[in-house]
Amino acid sequence: MSSIPLTWLLGLSAAIFAIGVAGMIMRRNILVMFMSIELMLNAVNLAFIALAHRLGSMDGQVIVFFVMTVAAAEAAVGLGIIISIFRNRETVQADDLTLLRW
Amino acid sequence: MINFSQINLVWLPVLPLVVIATAAMVVLLVGVRVDDEESDGLGWLALASIVIALVLALGIFGQSGIAFAGAIAIDSFSAFFELSILIAAALTVLMSLDYADEHRLPGAEYYSLLLFSVLGMMLMATASDLIVIFIGLETMSLAVYVLAGLLRRDPRSSEAAIKYFLLGAFSTGFLLYGIALIYGATGTIKLVAIHAALTGPLLSNPLLLLGLGLMLIGFGFKVAAVPFHMWTPDVYEGAPTPITAFMAVGVKIAAFAGFLRVFMVQLGPASAAWTDVMWAISALTMTVGNMLAIVQSNIKRMLAYSAIAHAGYILVALTAGGPQAGGAILYYLLGYAFTNLGAFAVVVALERRGAAGDQIADYRGLATRQPLMAAAMAIFLLSLLGIPPLVGFVGKFYLFNAAVHRGFVGLVVIGVLNSAASAYYYLSVVVAMYMQEGGFLEETRRSRPALVAAIAIALIGTVLIGIYPEPYFTAAGNAYQSAMSPEEVHAATAMAP
Repeated sequence: MSSIPLTWLLGLSAAIFAIGVAGMIMRRNILVMFMSIELMLNAVNLAFIALAHRLGSMDGQVIVFFVMTVAAAEAAVGLGIIISIFRNRETVQADDLTLLRW
Repeated sequence: MINFSQINLVWLPVLPLVVIATAAMVVLLVGVRVDDEESDGLGWLALASIVIALVLALGIFGQSGIAFAGAIAIDSFSAFFELSILIAAALTVLMSLDYADEHRLPGAEYYSLLLFSVLGMMLMATASDLIVIFIGLETMSLAVYVLAGLLRRDPRSSEAAIKYFLLGAFSTGFLLYGIALIYGATGTIKLVAIHAALTGPLLSNPLLLLGLGLMLIGFGFKVAAVPFHMWTPDVYEGAPTPITAFMAVGVKIAAFAGFLRVFMVQLGPASAAWTDVMWAISALTMTVGNMLAIVQSNIKRMLAYSAIAHAGYILVALTAGGPQAGGAILYYLLGYAFTNLGAFAVVVALERRGAAGDQIADYRGLATRQPLMAAAMAIFLLSLLGIPPLVGFVGKFYLFNAAVHRGFVGLVVIGVLNSAASAYYYLSVVVAMYMQEGGFLEETRRSRPALVAAIAIALIGTVLIGIYPEPYFTAAGNAYQSAMSPEEVHAATAMAP
């Protein structure tokens, strides 16, 4: 366990976070964009765990539980909003949402 | 044997939070048995709990301490922000009573979500470690995402909700990653301990600097600073108008509470790393907000861009730093709450179902049809513009004055020029109301007493705090200093001429 260097873990976490950001920016399907956000949050969780292990402090591990709870609440709210938009518009493509535009 | 005095010491300061949380759940439970058409009672219940919390929050002034193992800060800083947030919430409820009926909003969900988001805001204002700030931010945001989409049959409302949700959750990711890196660099999430750790070589630690940048992005989204403002106009236009008002004021105050406590107070030692970036963000926010506000024809969109510009003015003082700037920001936010909520309350009073009446052209000839409403709107707009003796002027003066004292003259010049440019779009509404004929409706609808009361309270606040700023400004200054460590207060007072 302790043989894995911290930089590897942080590097993996940064890579996953970057994939999430790229997905959020490049994909146009709302559901995939939402999945990308979840990916970002989980990348952060990985960073918290790695840092908590290195620092020998519990704070980072406790935070992960809070983040998971928040992510679950966010999923409930987000999917609810996506359902409501699908009922109104019959689409989950972000490019079709053009009612509000300058 | 339980030591009751100790329990009092810990619980009393969080009582406002407890009251709001309890009321939110009671409203939800009672609301199950209430028809949507009779949701007024729930609104009054919410209002009562807000007033109780307001009175309890007054008791926190002057206290100092840290509760819940360093998670909650008990100081005048929290009290001042809680007060501003609760005033915004009370005015929002008052202007919602009418609106919720007319648009058949589900009362139980509406008022309980409103209270839950107020809870999140207050948690953000009292937080003294990074994770509590995160939880407060999410409690606030999740509730507001839903509130923005609560007009379920209006496609514009659900579009606003999804845009707000996606970009809000995206920014949360950045904020959280920033927290993780700062935790990694300093080994703690307690703000006070982070402050103490920021010395010597740590200040140039890449982990810390990256974390600072990511947190700046996260807060930038929430206060709608350019270039993180793209969601603001769409969301403000599509959301139910009282919720737009609540977002423009409540969410902004809470986000600035967190922003201020984290960046100005606790990350102060690292200010060299972020001052230049903040300078650029502030200048951009003011300029882009004002330029885009000029070309708007929808009043909610115009007020959205105006809200962006006002975030820019506040960022001027945040860039400058120092206790004087901190007090100015607190005072400005209090005045901004009254003024902006007042302007939105007038919009609520004038618009009709189906989005009629939210064009600036609809305000033509309002002065002859509803002279009092037009006069109130004119006063709110002039205060936003910054005409003495209204609160908008005094607040802006304090902000810019503090920045000049710290040597940020260039930024203040940009701010003053922007403020002058903003006259164009604020005054064009006044001109439409007083000097043009037409408008969209012949008949005048009588506004309900609650809405009139909201406008009256906002008006009193706008004028009174502007004419007689001393006690409020002193309270704001003391509140800001209460969040600083004693050595810093000493250093700041020693430095002052």
